[in-house]
Amino acid sequence: MAETSINPHVGDGNNAAPSPLDWLIRRPMLLAWTVALGAATFFWLFGQPWAKWAFKYPSAWKWKISKEISAGMEWLMNEATFGLFTFRELTRAISWVIEKPYEIVLSLLSTGFLEGQGSQAIQIIPPLSWIAVLTVVVLLGRYVKDWKLGALLGGCFLYLVVFGQWESAMVTLSSIMIAVPLGIIAALFVGLLGYRSVWVERAITPVLDLMQTVPVFAYLVPVLIMFGFNAVSAMIATMIYAMPPMVRVTMLALRQVPSEIVDLGTMVGCTRRQMTWKVLIPSAVPTLMIGVNQVIMLSLNMVIIASMIGAGGLGADVLASLRSLNFGGGIEAGFAIVFLAIALDRLSQAMAEKAPASHGDGQNEGILKKYPYTVFCTAVALITGIVGTSWGVSWASWIGGPSWGMYSAAVQDYPEAWTITTGAFWSDIIKHINVNYFDYIDAFKGMLLTNFLVPFKRFLVSLPWIAVVLLLGLAGYTLGRWRLACLCMVLSLFIAVVGLWEKAMITIYLCGISVLVASMIGMPIGIAAAQRDRLWRVVQTIIDTLQTLPSFVYLMPVVMLFRVGEFSAIIAVVAYAVAPAVRYTAHGIRQVDPQLIEAGIVSGCTPFQLLTKVKLKLAFPEIMLGLNQTIMLSLSMLVITALVGTRDLGQETLIALTRARTGDGIVAGLCVAFIAIIADRLIRAGAERMRTRLGLQ
Amino acid sequence: MADRAEKLVCNSVWKLFGAGAEDLLKRTGGAPTVEQVAEGGLIGAVRDASFNVLEGEIFVIMGLSGSGKSTLVRCMSRLIEPTGGEIIFDGNDLLKATANEMVELRRHKMGMVFQHFALLPHLTVLGNVAFPLEVQGIDRGTREERAREIIELVGLQGRESYYPRELSGGQQQRVGIARSLAVEPELWFLDEPFSALDPLIRREMQDEFLRLQNVLHKTIVFITHDFDEAIRLADRIAIMKDGAIDQIGTPEDLVVRPATDYVAEFTKDVSRAKVLSVASVMSPAPRRKPAGGYGGEIPVETKIGEVASRMSDGDKPFAVLGSDGKQVGQVTKDAVVGVLIQG
Repeated sequence: MAETSINPHVGDGNNAAPSPLDWLIRRPMLLAWTVALGAATFFWLFGQPWAKWAFKYPSAWKWKISKEISAGMEWLMNEATFGLFTFRELTRAISWVIEKPYEIVLSLLSTGFLEGQGSQAIQIIPPLSWIAVLTVVVLLGRYVKDWKLGALLGGCFLYLVVFGQWESAMVTLSSIMIAVPLGIIAALFVGLLGYRSVWVERAITPVLDLMQTVPVFAYLVPVLIMFGFNAVSAMIATMIYAMPPMVRVTMLALRQVPSEIVDLGTMVGCTRRQMTWKVLIPSAVPTLMIGVNQVIMLSLNMVIIASMIGAGGLGADVLASLRSLNFGGGIEAGFAIVFLAIALDRLSQAMAEKAPASHGDGQNEGILKKYPYTVFCTAVALITGIVGTSWGVSWASWIGGPSWGMYSAAVQDYPEAWTITTGAFWSDIIKHINVNYFDYIDAFKGMLLTNFLVPFKRFLVSLPWIAVVLLLGLAGYTLGRWRLACLCMVLSLFIAVVGLWEKAMITIYLCGISVLVASMIGMPIGIAAAQRDRLWRVVQTIIDTLQTLPSFVYLMPVVMLFRVGEFSAIIAVVAYAVAPAVRYTAHGIRQVDPQLIEAGIVSGCTPFQLLTKVKLKLAFPEIMLGLNQTIMLSLSMLVITALVGTRDLGQETLIALTRARTGDGIVAGLCVAFIAIIADRLIRAGAERMRTRLGLQ
Repeated sequence: MADRAEKLVCNSVWKLFGAGAEDLLKRTGGAPTVEQVAEGGLIGAVRDASFNVLEGEIFVIMGLSGSGKSTLVRCMSRLIEPTGGEIIFDGNDLLKATANEMVELRRHKMGMVFQHFALLPHLTVLGNVAFPLEVQGIDRGTREERAREIIELVGLQGRESYYPRELSGGQQQRVGIARSLAVEPELWFLDEPFSALDPLIRREMQDEFLRLQNVLHKTIVFITHDFDEAIRLADRIAIMKDGAIDQIGTPEDLVVRPATDYVAEFTKDVSRAKVLSVASVMSPAPRRKPAGGYGGEIPVETKIGEVASRMSDGDKPFAVLGSDGKQVGQVTKDAVVGVLIQG
């Protein structure tokens, strides 16, 4: 055993075996790694007594940056001024801009237009009736694509009505309807600036990286302090969360506009504004719509988290049930979010694919023929609106008696008596499982924890931080020379210096285990699906749907079965992060040049050899990127699992949120972001090298 | 041809890509050698291009991919800023024009057709053709009326409300052509307009293009990588290689007197009968009419290939007539057959 580990490669070549030392010297990187790992192991085993500081970062050396951030925040709110107006006035102005349109949409969908204040308010115009909203979404589906989409949308919204989620759903929908367009417009402008100026792009790219990796909880606190506990804060946080991909997509989409089209714009003498709005953006619309879809999905993902800082609606319902362990109620509200997400996702995708109406001779034919959908929707809204008012109700009762009156009222508000609830059903199932199988589940969980999870966690926490920082530096140097080495060391050192090393290690442990499990599940599925077209179609549908679900939804069933704790967290993270592992593996394999596969077959490969020697080798860079995505999703989900009781950086941000400590939240959030960035850069650099070596560039 | 005015003149136009390009040009007095360009780490996309385009002629710039022909045509409209030289349009140096003046020039005097059509996907045929006018702020009624006229001119009537994706490649390029003509440009750039089309359609579009030019008499700069296309369409051809112009001349000049081996390589396989006119093989007319009389009369610019079919059933020579209708010489069957045998 010892011999082989010293010199595993003797006999590689045919010529006389070189001495192992020669062999190593000719491979400087390998030599460096051997030395470094050996030294690190030695230090880890025997260094503790004489270098305690290297194992536990001394609190005396800690950089108290979080206090400074909190103080800065306070100064910003109380003293900062721009000469003409103070910072606080600025935040109020922003609030106002967002609040006004929100109030209008909310009135239309939920509260009705009111006169007067508070409880004395009188409703002048009722909100749109549920029948009217249903009509609108069904016809919208028909208009954008076909009756099938209309039926799907109608079905999703019908769920909201029948299961008594309407009120909350309309509140959520209102905030989405404001946050999404505002987010899109803002992102479009930022993206446009980035497109026009390389400098702006260089400045915003790292900001976007941070925005996408810093956990949401971290910036909820400053948003909360600046804008207060209300729906506006929630919408702003949603916009911050949902914007970055749209900014990237905008820059990409504008760059992808063929240069000939830009030349055309110049040749016909476009001014800059004409070029932007008449040439560039219309030509980029198909790609831009992908970004729009992303903004919508991310906004829905935020629904529950945003309710922590004042968004009402479905998110607040879910959060409340999760806190009171009322699983049945939580599941119904959770499903409501899911159905809303599916409806909006399919609708926006269909919009993205919708080509302008084909050549009809759009001659004027009167308003009804020209806008049949609009006319019909308005009519339904008006009629149901009138029938549902108290005036309509009394009129109906007068004509057909009290039952008519009841129906008439039901047109406006779906009667509570008609709603269905399955809450008890879900609670019973969980109860049944827990009564009958709790012992097995618990034993299984306990076995995994004591034998695998806890030892791994202890190992990571016991590592000397200085050695980890240096090894990361070496990894960076191996894959991307000094730049990457410096980046890795500086970022990891930051984590140690702010005193969050141990929590960070727990995050890495949870993330690592989850990624490992997710890859072990996802990659074989991906490999299997890649080689069978029908299976791939099924798998694709499933992972598409999984990725539509808001991350919170994964938490509920897990907590019900496994209670709170790290184990539940890991399972939820795995469920959330498995999709990219499947997707990228399958993609990578399916992308392999068919000629190379034919070459393999002609060379006499067995199917297994074909897979291992051709397909997997060539798909490797793509699979690495899948791994990268899995890590990113795991980290973002991990933070949310803090709600079910992990003791990592995620929990740190959550505590900061509940205690409204800006600095703590931001610092812990940055640590999570840095872990993500280190992993991302290392893996990307590795994949890049691999691609170059394989000539896939 | 010499009596035509010079519409566009390029004097030593340079386009060097890379940092420090202008310095190098200044340092070398506007004439760096190939080695100097390479030493500076620069890429010489266009090197010292000088030529003139006459009013109403079809000037073809022919070169293989990477020869700099697309860069050159983009320099002429300042889509790409040349590194040095002069581009004189109607007596004014374009390189000295301000941004606003360029916008005005492009809006009213220039039109361009693109290799991949560059149609805006969100506009109908009508919208695309009217687009240059829309940009100028012309009201909808006027611009659509004008657009309909041109759509009819290129033979797309009935397709006004189609979207580009609903049209074939040939139809899409007709839209591109119509759009570039909407502003009635004086100078018409065509950047490989037919290269993306399949051979049969390409042929049809070339005929269509010649038909349009017979009606419109524009001054045309036509870019192509296809030597046959160049010969078919050009009044004069400039052959480009590695950013520099090897030779400028009529198709006949190039075939009969290629200036470089590179040009000869192209002309080698060209069927001479299609390019040479009878002028190149005619002999002086004898004082007296030949014994048997002439087999017929042909204008001096007639291509030999066309004469050949008429000569096939008789041995009589043909009288060659000048542009004033007077006889300038005669052409014998032997001379014609000689050219045909050369291929």
